[in-house]
Amino acid sequence: MADFKGIQVVETSELREGEARRVSRREFIKRVIASGAVASSASFMVGGLAACTPRRAAVAGSVERLISLNVNGQVRRVDVLPQETLAMTLRYKLGLTGTKLSCDRAECGACTVMIDDVTHYSCSTLTHAVRARKVVTIEGLRGPNGELHPVQQAFVEELSPQCGFCTPGQVVAAVALLKKNPKPTREEARHAMSGNLCRCAAYDNYLNGIMRACGNLAEISHGV
Amino acid sequence: MAKDMMPHFDLYQPDSVEAAVDLAARLGSDGWLLAAGQDSYDWLKNRTKRTEAVIELTGIAALKGVREVAGGIEIGALTTLTEIEEHPLLREKFLLLSLAAGRVASPQIRNAGTLGGNLCQDTRCWYYRYGVDCYRAGGNMCYADTPEGQNREHAIFGASRCVAVQPSDTANAVVALDGSMVIRSAKGERVVPASEFFVGPALNIRRMTVLEPGEILTAVRIPSTWAGAKFYFEKIADRAAWDFALVSIAAAFKMDGDRISDSRLVVGAVECVPHRLTAVESAIKGSAKNEETGTRAGKLAIEGATTLNFNQFKIPLMENLVRRAIRGA
Repeated sequence: MADFKGIQVVETSELREGEARRVSRREFIKRVIASGAVASSASFMVGGLAACTPRRAAVAGSVERLISLNVNGQVRRVDVLPQETLAMTLRYKLGLTGTKLSCDRAECGACTVMIDDVTHYSCSTLTHAVRARKVVTIEGLRGPNGELHPVQQAFVEELSPQCGFCTPGQVVAAVALLKKNPKPTREEARHAMSGNLCRCAAYDNYLNGIMRACGNLAEISHGV
Repeated sequence: MAKDMMPHFDLYQPDSVEAAVDLAARLGSDGWLLAAGQDSYDWLKNRTKRTEAVIELTGIAALKGVREVAGGIEIGALTTLTEIEEHPLLREKFLLLSLAAGRVASPQIRNAGTLGGNLCQDTRCWYYRYGVDCYRAGGNMCYADTPEGQNREHAIFGASRCVAVQPSDTANAVVALDGSMVIRSAKGERVVPASEFFVGPALNIRRMTVLEPGEILTAVRIPSTWAGAKFYFEKIADRAAWDFALVSIAAAFKMDGDRISDSRLVVGAVECVPHRLTAVESAIKGSAKNEETGTRAGKLAIEGATTLNFNQFKIPLMENLVRRAIRGA
């Protein structure tokens, strides 16, 4: 069935990397999604994609589906539908489920990733439009030995996340901010983070985390 | 989430303007021109609009960047809003446009969103965007202009069956700076003044700009006329991020001593096109740039406004914005 092609990752370096480690629940789920080996997960994707099957052969000049993506420093081959968003590719084809999909309408920020060091909503980016560019997701921020990124560490210390669903997007937005402006004021950080919603309204906690990460300790505020 | 996958379309990614123009001519109204897609994806994901083919333009390097040209500057239509907000030359000469671009939506949307896309976006009337068969969608009624219609965001000027407003922040700045639009198609190039680029419902109720199928907005030209003038931009919206304007103002002033020798005042989100206050501009010529002139101008600006059930507040809001623009808040 042609549609199965749509969910297969041609090269899954993520898998090989994971072999040596103990398999956590999260990793197991990621493997299942990435390999498309389990019928139920396949039908989840195919169910959604079946309606999108091209009604005719691709017209000359239309994009090739098999492309290379530079994600977190690795070049990965993946089969991408013409209408597919980057969030879908990352989560359901590359197994990078750290990037969250929430509104899917560029209205919340949970899916924030960096493309060439600049933040974008991956739900509102066509995967085919980022072929020649460098994508960095939350998974790409970990250190060489798996340690937390300084922004993540600061978020932990400042108890920034509450429920945590918006956190990957908040971390990526904060890292992008510090790349551009290594020591922002709290107000500058507030402006830079204004594209990331938090339904727990932990905004001040996130700002404290950023102030800690950039060493601007004077602007950490624990007042009520 | 799988349900939110956009329906299939053929995707074309031309790498030159010529290739894009060829595709646009070949595909005609079946070819959806896509810049960063920050407006388009909503339509396609919600299935309120569909398309057979998408011509994705962001790979065309020639459509990006700010260039100095004889008599002014030319901004490629695919220059991002963040680039426009931060560009040193624009900030030095045409700060108005940088300020407007910096108030669009959210940082991520400005990083992706382009000037051309911002200027060509569709209206935000939620009845229309919900997919009802209103005038703008080809039907025969307006759902916003009814006794129960929720029309807090809608027009107070220039309504004609449809009461939707122009949502673009940068449009007002481009009109205030006497900009013009460079449009390419298989027939060649045409240049349209910004003031004539946007169309209201009386002229064409189905679209927001003069762009015909097969035409591509390739650049925006800003003449030196207003370089380094005194600028004022203010946008009032319910939220500081993401939201579209309830009312906004883009203003430029040339001074002769303490007198206004010439000005441009353009109000946003009160009409289906950027609402230029030509009568006010004439009335304040030669006046001092102060509170008194501002008050007089504000009163004149709102003449002829027609409100709907829930947007009366736009009249004092607009009056105050005009006053603040002139006195310098």
